[in-house]
Amino acid sequence: MTGQTLSEKIFSRAAKVEARAGQFVMADIDCAMIHDITGPLAVKGFYEISGDDGRVWDASKIVMLFDHQVPADSIKAAENHQMLRRFAGEQGLLNYDVSEGVCHQVMPEKGHVLPGQLVVGSDSHTCTYGALGAFSTGIGSTDMASVLATGRLWFMVPRTLRLIAEGKLPSLVTSKDLVLRMIGDVGADGATYMACEFAGPTVSAMNMAERMTMANMAIEMGGKAGLVEPDDVTLRYIEERAAGQEINPIKGDDDAPCTVRTWEVDDLEPQVALPHNVDRVEPVGRVAGTKIDQVFLGSCTNGRFEDIELACRLMGNEPVARGVRMIVIPASRTEYLKVLRAGLVERLMEAGALVESPCCGPCMGGSFGLLGPGEACLSTSNRNFVGRQGSSEASVYLCSPATAGASAISGVITDPRDIQGR
Amino acid sequence: MIRGRAWLFGDDVDTDVIIPGKYLRTKDLRLLADHVMEGLDSEFASKVGRGDLIVAGRNFGCGSSREQAPLALREAGISCIVARSFARIFFRNAINVGLAVVEADVDCKEGDIVEVDLSRGLVNVGERSFQGTKIPAFLLDILQHGGLVAHRRLEAAASHGDEDGMGRSP
Repeated sequence: MTGQTLSEKIFSRAAKVEARAGQFVMADIDCAMIHDITGPLAVKGFYEISGDDGRVWDASKIVMLFDHQVPADSIKAAENHQMLRRFAGEQGLLNYDVSEGVCHQVMPEKGHVLPGQLVVGSDSHTCTYGALGAFSTGIGSTDMASVLATGRLWFMVPRTLRLIAEGKLPSLVTSKDLVLRMIGDVGADGATYMACEFAGPTVSAMNMAERMTMANMAIEMGGKAGLVEPDDVTLRYIEERAAGQEINPIKGDDDAPCTVRTWEVDDLEPQVALPHNVDRVEPVGRVAGTKIDQVFLGSCTNGRFEDIELACRLMGNEPVARGVRMIVIPASRTEYLKVLRAGLVERLMEAGALVESPCCGPCMGGSFGLLGPGEACLSTSNRNFVGRQGSSEASVYLCSPATAGASAISGVITDPRDIQGR
Repeated sequence: MIRGRAWLFGDDVDTDVIIPGKYLRTKDLRLLADHVMEGLDSEFASKVGRGDLIVAGRNFGCGSSREQAPLALREAGISCIVARSFARIFFRNAINVGLAVVEADVDCKEGDIVEVDLSRGLVNVGERSFQGTKIPAFLLDILQHGGLVAHRRLEAAASHGDEDGMGRSP
């Protein structure tokens, strides 16, 4: 019998069967996350399934927070928040409300995700938590309604695509550039229904922030999950956040069947995804000089302290270029405080940037920071689809925090390596 | 058997063009339907008729987990989506809200009358037949019950339903 992948082992534990790729299993969920956009439909579905006096399967395994429309940007959003607050109160759920930040930063940061767990969230970027060695995936509101009621969900056990990176990332080339390159090569549907397992020496050398950026983007190649096998970096991250919880780091077998692709990163250049597909990826040089109207530095992809610190390093003491609006949003309250205490909020404000409180911001495409027709935005987020950040006649380019910082002071898309040493 | 007029779309039709983020604060399905596919064709909502089908390319429904995407299509009258392939979350969401989906590589023109036999995964356009992927029996059950909520209710009502809710192993 051949070995099992990390994903197969997690499903074996969660479904109490020997899970193999392609098999359908009914699995127990370790933790479920809902937020303000998809939560209301999930709650409505929950009551339709369970009746008016229904109770959730396990209140201690459900986390609620609001991040897409916070503070409430409209009366309808405020009503959605009220409805969810009521639900959390009645059911005894943990609700971080508007105060903590973007779900995919808050969940790992607060110790709600552990290696080897099966986690679902009603948001497609739930794949982010795979950076901690969990199997974590996005589901729709009705699937979530069913999870809230029963704590179980059917899955097809995915095949694994192992994306191996070898070598050392050059200076100012980040994990975002690497994952964009991988998406460009694999394609927007190249990993559909697969578990994307990021591995190799380059990934082992990454800190948790860098790994979360990689796992976050797995969905942009169709992946059901993005995973990094747990190691010392993982355990250190967990120990600081989930003290006292039992940790069961699961690793895959070396002989487990999977598809392998390898990238050599020693000569990798900064990458940009061009409008309007995440897999239209080119080295930054191909679009250097393109005029931009807005820079968005933030999101669950690149809104951590390390990202904002890197962008600030590129900006030095220069102001944001005339004619450019720069919006900076740390991904969580904790990350915001780190940025604040490092003196970076002051520097960004002096440079002319807007520093907003933790939320999804322009990446939500309906709350604030929207683009007008014909405008171009350079964004550290994860999607550049038509209409994603406002007008359907606007363009979004995706990049790393280094490229965002370099471009914010130049006013045009700029290779960060051209700024260094200026 | 599902039968209707075809609207054609290409590859990578994402959830932001199916229903943009700015409309997600509403729970009014009619409003969602009024803006469906706005990102690709601002007239689509006014042209589409009840029972029409969508025939599309690869990776239909990629992007967000927003269930408002299949809901908007269903509410606009779309009876079935035939695509060369689907993004995973959209595929599940569509079945969960009772919107038929079938994976098949179909060659037809806009306006052609398309027939879909879900249980066999078969798509007919005039005299031509295209064999698609048959969906597992337990998913077909969910679809035929009108979605996961109705399916779960029926399950709860049946005192001796199968324990895992997946029917027989597909």
